[in-house]
Amino acid sequence: MERFVQVILCLCLPWMASGKTWHVRQAGTGHPIQHALDLAAPGDTILVDKGIYTEKGLVIRKPVCLRGIDWPILDGEKQYEILAVSANDVVVEGFHFQYSGVSGWHDIAGVKIYNAHHVTIRSNILDHTFFGIYCLGSSNCTLSGNTIHSDADNDIQSGNGIHCWKCDSMRILDNEITRHRDGIYFEFVTHSLIRGNRSFSNARYGLHFMFSHNNVYERNLFRHNEAGVSVMFSHGVTMLGNTFTENWGGSAYGILMKEITDSKVIGNHFLNNTSGIYMEGTTRILVTENTFSGNGWAMKIQASCSDDVITRNNFNGNTFDIATNGSLVLNTFNANYWDKYEGYDLGRDGIGDVPYHPVSLYSMIAEKNPTVMMLYHSFMVGLLDKSEKVIPSITPEALRDDKPFMKPLRLP
Amino acid sequence: MKIIKYIISDIIRNKIMLAYTVLLLAISLSVFNLEDNKAKGLLSLMSVILIVVPLVSIIFATIYIYNSAEFIELLVSQPLKRTRLLLSVYSGLAISLLLAFLIGSGIPVLIYSPSIVGGVLIAVGMGLTLVFASLAILASVLAREKAKGMGIAILLWFYFSLIYDGIVLFILFQFSDYPLEKASIVFSSLNPIDLGRVVILLKMDVSAMMGYTGAVFKEFFGGNWGSIYSGGIILAWIVAPLYLSVRRFNRKDL
Amino acid sequence: MINAAHVSKKFGKLQALRDINLTCSKGQSIALIGPNGSGKTTFIKCLLGMVVPDSGTIQFHGKNIANEWEYRSKIGYMPQIGRFPDNMTIAQVVDMLKDIRKKDASATDEDLIHAFQLDRIMNKRMHTLSGGTRQKVSACLAFLFGPEVLILDEPTAGLDPLASELLKDKIRAVREKGKLILITSHVLSELDDIVSEVIYLEDGCLKFHKNMEQLKLDTGEDRLAGAIARVMRSTEKR
Repeated sequence: MERFVQVILCLCLPWMASGKTWHVRQAGTGHPIQHALDLAAPGDTILVDKGIYTEKGLVIRKPVCLRGIDWPILDGEKQYEILAVSANDVVVEGFHFQYSGVSGWHDIAGVKIYNAHHVTIRSNILDHTFFGIYCLGSSNCTLSGNTIHSDADNDIQSGNGIHCWKCDSMRILDNEITRHRDGIYFEFVTHSLIRGNRSFSNARYGLHFMFSHNNVYERNLFRHNEAGVSVMFSHGVTMLGNTFTENWGGSAYGILMKEITDSKVIGNHFLNNTSGIYMEGTTRILVTENTFSGNGWAMKIQASCSDDVITRNNFNGNTFDIATNGSLVLNTFNANYWDKYEGYDLGRDGIGDVPYHPVSLYSMIAEKNPTVMMLYHSFMVGLLDKSEKVIPSITPEALRDDKPFMKPLRLP
Repeated sequence: MKIIKYIISDIIRNKIMLAYTVLLLAISLSVFNLEDNKAKGLLSLMSVILIVVPLVSIIFATIYIYNSAEFIELLVSQPLKRTRLLLSVYSGLAISLLLAFLIGSGIPVLIYSPSIVGGVLIAVGMGLTLVFASLAILASVLAREKAKGMGIAILLWFYFSLIYDGIVLFILFQFSDYPLEKASIVFSSLNPIDLGRVVILLKMDVSAMMGYTGAVFKEFFGGNWGSIYSGGIILAWIVAPLYLSVRRFNRKDL
Repeated sequence: MINAAHVSKKFGKLQALRDINLTCSKGQSIALIGPNGSGKTTFIKCLLGMVVPDSGTIQFHGKNIANEWEYRSKIGYMPQIGRFPDNMTIAQVVDMLKDIRKKDASATDEDLIHAFQLDRIMNKRMHTLSGGTRQKVSACLAFLFGPEVLILDEPTAGLDPLASELLKDKIRAVREKGKLILITSHVLSELDDIVSEVIYLEDGCLKFHKNMEQLKLDTGEDRLAGAIARVMRSTEKR
């Protein structure tokens, strides 16, 4: 606790040195925080005591530091947007936002940043806000250590946890987002870092982005989201060491990638998802050092994907390793470990001497005609698969790993 | 019904029965010991049970009835109702086969994977034992010669294990432009092995992998009514062949 | 006691029984004779309800036996081939039949079991027994409950001479008690001193049903074998 206080003091020193400190001491009638904000000069710090504040829409128009002591509650009374930030260099920390309005027309949020840069929103609790933190046309903002929780049960009457639109160089760090529509939602967001967030039990996607280029996603956890993670129409995406797990359902994916180009998927864990990775229309994606374990399908790669490289991954205990929907194979599979590999290694170099075909006949058939899954695990399907293994006729011959590892790779 | 206990005591001394029990036990134990993942162990065990249990049940029961032809004749000459006699023979066979199955697979499942899925697997195995013993009775009542009866029995097993699924696969492809989810529920009801497999898979929550079909199946078979429905269908698969057998047997010349 | 009226039975194209009419009464011991395939066994099976006639009725004590089963408690039957479940012991088979007939040990007739010395091997399993021994078991079961009617299908086939004699002694003893006995046998010489009546079947037809004395008188033979041979020859001539 002491260290925590020190950290906060250090971080706030610049303002303490340069500006005045205002103290809002009690909750009550009127609009004490807004009043303080109006009185404060740029660079000032406003401390807010514990209590419940119903300000009916706070607005920060100048660069100040607004800090809560013992998480004072800012209540939107289920009607209002709780806090709007339209100035640069603002810091908001230590508040408990609750009950923003809910609207089918406006994107009402707990905190909304309008066209600002270098805004920091950190260590807040957002409880039952429609949208959590909403950034519009902003840049270089940091959203960190916030706990954003709602109770969305379906994706119609709910908003996103962290929502960014037309932003650049954002830093989304160590937030926890649960039971919103999408945990983290980006549209037209570039050059941003998303690290250490935990997004789970959301009504739609744990992470959802479109047209968002050159962003880095690192060590995030996406667990048990209704439809997993979905990313589309972007290039330069880097995914490092994330965990995609327990996204289980008819249309749930560890990660669904559509029209993604020139990207890297490295060192991630895909565990117990219906499909670990689903790729459609992707180009030049490097998938390496990932662990696929306990998924229904480790990867589904549609025939529209090209020049993707899948190498040095561990495939372990998946029902189907790879599924595809066509005979055209424009992607490279090389030097992975497949637990279903039954080849041998005479040279004792750790690499199997015969190629491995990761696509089973049945997964091909099921891809074309899903009703066939009715016969899943039946004797006949087993026989079909065995005979196809001996004489491949339907499964794409080119989809194979020529240098499969005999033993699992040591991956982080 | 007094003769059931004599039939059981005869069958449980049968070497084939002993071999069946040992085989199931060996399969169950090796599956659970080789697979470190219990769920996968159950899945492998399911595949084996769905093949072996119907096969052994129908073949063993058919052979037993043909080998006991003279004995059954003797019993018919006794003051016994034929219906009661046939049902006693069936009960004796069914109870012995169930006993073998429960020792061979039930106990290992109970030890290694005491879960709802395990319970459902055992229930399905028991159901299939009863169904195929019943089909065996029908086969042996229909055909006078042993060779023909065995042929019918093997064909029945082959049909339910393989041919039927082949036909379904063919139909699904021929009519792939139409929504066949509802039809596939009917298809699975018309084959006790398919029905058993679908029920187990749904309990294992692999329905997500079955796409929309899985969702339809889950909705249909998932709830209490679904359990009652599948139980009812299996029961019908036991009772219907038995009923036909009894009717035929009552008029049969021995 | 047993009345058959217009009994016919067809197996596929084979007419096994053609319009059989006959009456068997208490105290008679009847030899059922005829060439192979003449319908002897089929007739017996009809009596036992194992084969259902296509037409005609069979009455037992004046009651139609169609769809009945209780009357069989008054019949003891020894089939041509006695086979039992492999892993049952003799004792179990005996116990089972006692269970079926709801009789306790005191009311049963176990003379034959003792005569055949089966009581010493009661715990042997059926598959370890020879054909002859199984035949002995069959015979014992037929006599076990002291039935009013005894139906013996080739009773001495497969029995050693000693056992044959023991069985015949038993048959005679039972006959003295005034029971109805029906025997089929190929060994006609054996039947001479047992039977009082002869029923002769050929091609499913009842050729005659005669008293033994009458038959001997008609054919001029004093042994059954000779008499039957004469009958067969005379039918061939026609």
